[in-house]
Amino acid sequence: MSNFSRRRILFGGAAVGAGALLTACTSNEPENNTQINASNEEANPNAAPGEKVVIGFSAPAADHGWIAAITNNAKAQAGAYKDVELKSVEAGADAAAQRGSLATLISQKPTVIVILPHDGKELNSSALEATKAGIPVINLDREFPDALAYRLLIKGDNYGMGVAAGNYIAAQMKSKGVTAPIIGEIAGIDALPLTQDRSKGFKDALAANGFRVANRRAAEFTADSGQREAAGLLQALPKMDALWNHDDDQGIGVLAAITQANRKEFFMVGGAGSKAAIDAIVKDDSVLKATVTYSPSMASSAISLARLIGQNKGMSDLVELQVPKQITLASETITKENASQYAKLGF
Amino acid sequence: MTDTQVAKPAPAPDAPNNKSRESWFKGDAAEPMRRNLGLVGVLIILAIIGIITRPDLYGDATWVSNNVFTILQQASAIGVVTVGMTFVIIGGGIDLSVGAIVAIAGVWSTTLATQGYGAAGMIFTAIVVGVVVGLINGVLISYGKLVPFIATLAMMVAARGLAAQISGKQTQVSANDTINSIASTKILGIPMLVIILALVVAAGWVLLNRTTFGRRTVAIGGNPEAARLAGINVKFHTVLLYALSGLCCGIGAIMLTSQATSAQAAMANLYELDAIAAAIIGGTLLSGGRGTIVGALFGVLVFSTITNLFAINNLPTEVQNMVKGGIIVAAVLVQQFRYKSLTHLLGRTKS
Repeated sequence: MSNFSRRRILFGGAAVGAGALLTACTSNEPENNTQINASNEEANPNAAPGEKVVIGFSAPAADHGWIAAITNNAKAQAGAYKDVELKSVEAGADAAAQRGSLATLISQKPTVIVILPHDGKELNSSALEATKAGIPVINLDREFPDALAYRLLIKGDNYGMGVAAGNYIAAQMKSKGVTAPIIGEIAGIDALPLTQDRSKGFKDALAANGFRVANRRAAEFTADSGQREAAGLLQALPKMDALWNHDDDQGIGVLAAITQANRKEFFMVGGAGSKAAIDAIVKDDSVLKATVTYSPSMASSAISLARLIGQNKGMSDLVELQVPKQITLASETITKENASQYAKLGF
Repeated sequence: MTDTQVAKPAPAPDAPNNKSRESWFKGDAAEPMRRNLGLVGVLIILAIIGIITRPDLYGDATWVSNNVFTILQQASAIGVVTVGMTFVIIGGGIDLSVGAIVAIAGVWSTTLATQGYGAAGMIFTAIVVGVVVGLINGVLISYGKLVPFIATLAMMVAARGLAAQISGKQTQVSANDTINSIASTKILGIPMLVIILALVVAAGWVLLNRTTFGRRTVAIGGNPEAARLAGINVKFHTVLLYALSGLCCGIGAIMLTSQATSAQAAMANLYELDAIAAAIIGGTLLSGGRGTIVGALFGVLVFSTITNLFAINNLPTEVQNMVKGGIIVAAVLVQQFRYKSLTHLLGRTKS
């Protein structure tokens, strides 16, 4: 029985030990900070429990923080209402899978459906089907081309995000008296329409002030790609006045590259409004001085509005008795001055 | 005996050339050397294009040295991964899961629990996870008799899935200063990441060219049946090759985590393709049995320099990807052309 040599037992034991240690290392209590509107019945009569509403919810499987926050927010907001039951279906990995899950959802006859489609065009017919079946559809963020397909569209403003970043940078430059600033831009995935919209808004806002982007690099919404592109951008612009980075998640890498290159002569504006970015703006110890929002809190609002639609109520501040057809969130600029207000909206 | 036979990096066809030493440079044994000189030439051309297009930047000596280090630093993580990939390809396999292994190793080593063990715990975790995933690849391929392409393709999908599961699809920020400072530390003016890359390349070169392990790798890649008949444990050796690739991915994961001060499931996107492309450009045969570590390093540097060149000239990524594709095609065409003309030549001398 030479097979059971001491060496083998030793190595086997070490392997089992390492395995046990590593398995323990996967424990990861995720901070689930969600942005919801806690119902306050006295201040808002709409929050008072009413007719029971079953809300069907479908969003793509999360591949990054923003989508994960959308789903978490929807669940948390639904949980905050006593009269809401949320039926969440996994949308799977692509548009075809989401069509399938939506068909299942329609057959369950919920009161309202909230959907963030993989692709508005590809899911259009499924949304029409739901509407025909008498279920109001709330279209979250990615728009269906056919206005008949949805009861309410609530989305962020990508173009406006670029405009907000451009205007903030232009205002800062003017107040500092810089006439020909060198401005850098680190975009997200270039093939996506949202990236193109953001860049166009940024370009237009700068052009209105007579400025232009000196160098633009496209990253992939991941921290390591942000680091890579930022390292290249910093080499291309040995002196820079301002930088806009489209996404705070990839911004972790962008900030790392800036620290590694030991640069601090410029300021940076982020995008989306992550909790880490807002914290950094408050602390004011890095080049990150502001961020423009594209908040996943829209999922919480979508659930609240779905409930109102299901109960046939309007938004109490408005004169109309029904919820409006379309809501576009404004992209807000978070700076050190107002960061405390936004702290609860960071994801 | 077998060892001596496979001792040459370029095995069979070089026998006739050994007689005439004066034509050594034209001979097949010098093929890697010529290719490397060609790649150095490409790098010089790229540098000249940089000087012509941005003379203002290249006029500043400090900027130039900074830029060289930036290019090397950006090449460091992918360079380490490519060393492992080169071994696998020389051994007749392919590893499509390297990017995913970097991601799972990076994510696993930056969970809150792992970070609690400090820098040593994080490095240990990244390396062990990398090696274990590589071992699983190797066992599936050797003993499960799966085609390497399929086994590692499956691992690519599965490992990214597990990484997403562990991270909860979030970006995990590294709060460990020791890890984060790897990317900014310089030793004698040379960035630490560049030193790590140099050490891994040197170790890879020694392992491939000066040890029986390397010789066996070449022999197995060239002709696995002959290698088996010669008494090499082909299956076990193949397992080791994939474990080696996993090890390199673990080291690469730490380097990348330190650069981005974070890890996430989508990190090291498409590293498998970059690493394969770099190895091919460096003269490694995709069918195995032939290849060099130094060539692969030059391949990585060519890509990194192109990225840098496009960045300093503010050119979009689309064009950059087209140029990269063109270079890969050109490199393979050169390789094929060499082989065709060579067999032609040999056929003629024999008749």
